[in-house]
Amino acid sequence: MSADIIALIVKATGQTLYMVAVAGLIGSLFGIPLGVFLATSGRGELFAAPWVNKVLGAIVNATRSTPFIILVVAIIPFTRLVAGTSIGTTAAIVPLTIATIPFVARLVETAVREVDPGLTEAARAMGASPMQIVFKVLLAEARPGIASALTLTIVSLIGYAAMVGAIGGGGLGDLGIRYGYQRFMPDVMAVVVVVLIVLVQLVQSAGDRLARQFDKRSRPR
Amino acid sequence: MNMAVIRDAATSAPQVLPVDKATMSRTTNPMVAFERVSKRFAAGKTGAEVVALDDIELVVPRGSVTGIIGRSGAGKSTLIRLVNGLEKPSSGRVLVDGVDISGVDEKNLRAVRRSIGMIFQHFNLLSSRTAFGNVALPLEIAGMGKQDIENRVGPLLDLVGLADKRGRYPSELSGGQKQRIGIARALATEPKLLLSDEATSALDPETTRSILALLRTINKELGLTVLLITHEMEVVKAIADHVAVIDGGRIVEKGSTFDVFTGHTHETTQALLGGLAGMHLPEFLTSRMSPQPEPGSRTILRVIFKGENATEPMLARLGSELGIEVNIMAGAVDEIAGRPFGMLVVSLRADEVKIAAARQFLATHGLLSEVVGYVR
Repeated sequence: MSADIIALIVKATGQTLYMVAVAGLIGSLFGIPLGVFLATSGRGELFAAPWVNKVLGAIVNATRSTPFIILVVAIIPFTRLVAGTSIGTTAAIVPLTIATIPFVARLVETAVREVDPGLTEAARAMGASPMQIVFKVLLAEARPGIASALTLTIVSLIGYAAMVGAIGGGGLGDLGIRYGYQRFMPDVMAVVVVVLIVLVQLVQSAGDRLARQFDKRSRPR
Repeated sequence: MNMAVIRDAATSAPQVLPVDKATMSRTTNPMVAFERVSKRFAAGKTGAEVVALDDIELVVPRGSVTGIIGRSGAGKSTLIRLVNGLEKPSSGRVLVDGVDISGVDEKNLRAVRRSIGMIFQHFNLLSSRTAFGNVALPLEIAGMGKQDIENRVGPLLDLVGLADKRGRYPSELSGGQKQRIGIARALATEPKLLLSDEATSALDPETTRSILALLRTINKELGLTVLLITHEMEVVKAIADHVAVIDGGRIVEKGSTFDVFTGHTHETTQALLGGLAGMHLPEFLTSRMSPQPEPGSRTILRVIFKGENATEPMLARLGSELGIEVNIMAGAVDEIAGRPFGMLVVSLRADEVKIAAARQFLATHGLLSEVVGYVR
């Protein structure tokens, strides 16, 4: 394999990591609060707003059921507005982030809903405000679940990032398609796949370790 | 077993002063007062209402341990949650230390809640926090500084006997230890009232006994008023000065624990008291018993001993002074709120005149008796 090809792979890996990191970060920044809100705004809950909950839930479902490649194309005007261009790695971060937010939100919602309602009640009985309940009880207790949720998000993002070649996003997936498939270079394809596998493995085991560290529920020493 | 439990808890408690129903309701400035409280829930989409609590009148005297006992679904969970505003009454008022809880807005309610501790059946400890962290939680919520929290939590862990477990997570503690942490947490903000929601229902009898003893100690030494709900008669019997029996959302009986449990007039109370000493006649007796006297039959009498009379050897004197042969068939002596209470089922071979004389003799010495049947 030529030095040029190796340089391409290194560059593509860098692009993938860049897209995943930025989209993952911004997506979580919006997705985690949205998830907490979805989990606490049902009828009779902490921030009871059943209608807002329903509308947000519908938007989240709509975004999640749109195939990612269609989402990428559909929001091109919005991408241009935000990133100034609709082509390139930075532009690709916009649809990735848009897809990440509802993904994170649903997973975080599930994690927060798994927190024993008795803990919320106990905190209320102590005189905790709703925000104190969110930060001191819900987020603290849901930490293992949220760690798993973010791990899954990053793994999924690595996959999604392979599709943004369609708008010139670059990255490993794009490299694999253009060189490995379209230029009949199976060795490039193989290297791309191996790098992706290694990336996913690293993310998954780091995430698992974090979740285990947070989880104090059943580890009698 | 049960009796041993009661004995033990009772010996560590001082003699409880008898308070009759009248003085109880007249007590000035009680810790908690329910005034004509009702609670209705909308059930399902039909909009039909379920009455959870119906016209509750109840007073929790300052410094007392007051128990509310009832079957599951009787409304006791709703009742205790009205006290710290986790539930709002549909009508009526709930006064805590003279303040109408339902009239307090959410922000001030949070301040009120800090003066009311609560412990739970399933402890409700944060799994992500250590014993120390859990006890510190209400203090953090109250906005207390780190050093002050440190100074407050240490003595609380000492009080509940778990100073050596401060760094342990709840998953590393036993049920009884978790409840002790729950109690320390409830006491952290130095409340004037402690609510106990079935706090011992998930614990074994021995642990239950130690937790009840701890609650009694806290009640005595800190002067904390305790309001507890339970479905276990043993709990009320062991530590409650006052009791209210709740059934179908209504209070069917209330008063001093001793009076209610030894009077046992209402059927719900009787059902809850099923295990109380001597309440059930043994099978060998009921199978041979007839409601009417027959020639040569013996009279079966249930004699109820209350309080101090339980220690007097009345039955022996029945033989020596009236010449009536007394045969003991069944019976037991129990202790309720620190006072002895006994029930004996005896058979007497005597005619009706002598039976009447015997009952008269017992009555003059403060013993209740009833004829339950006749055996040949």
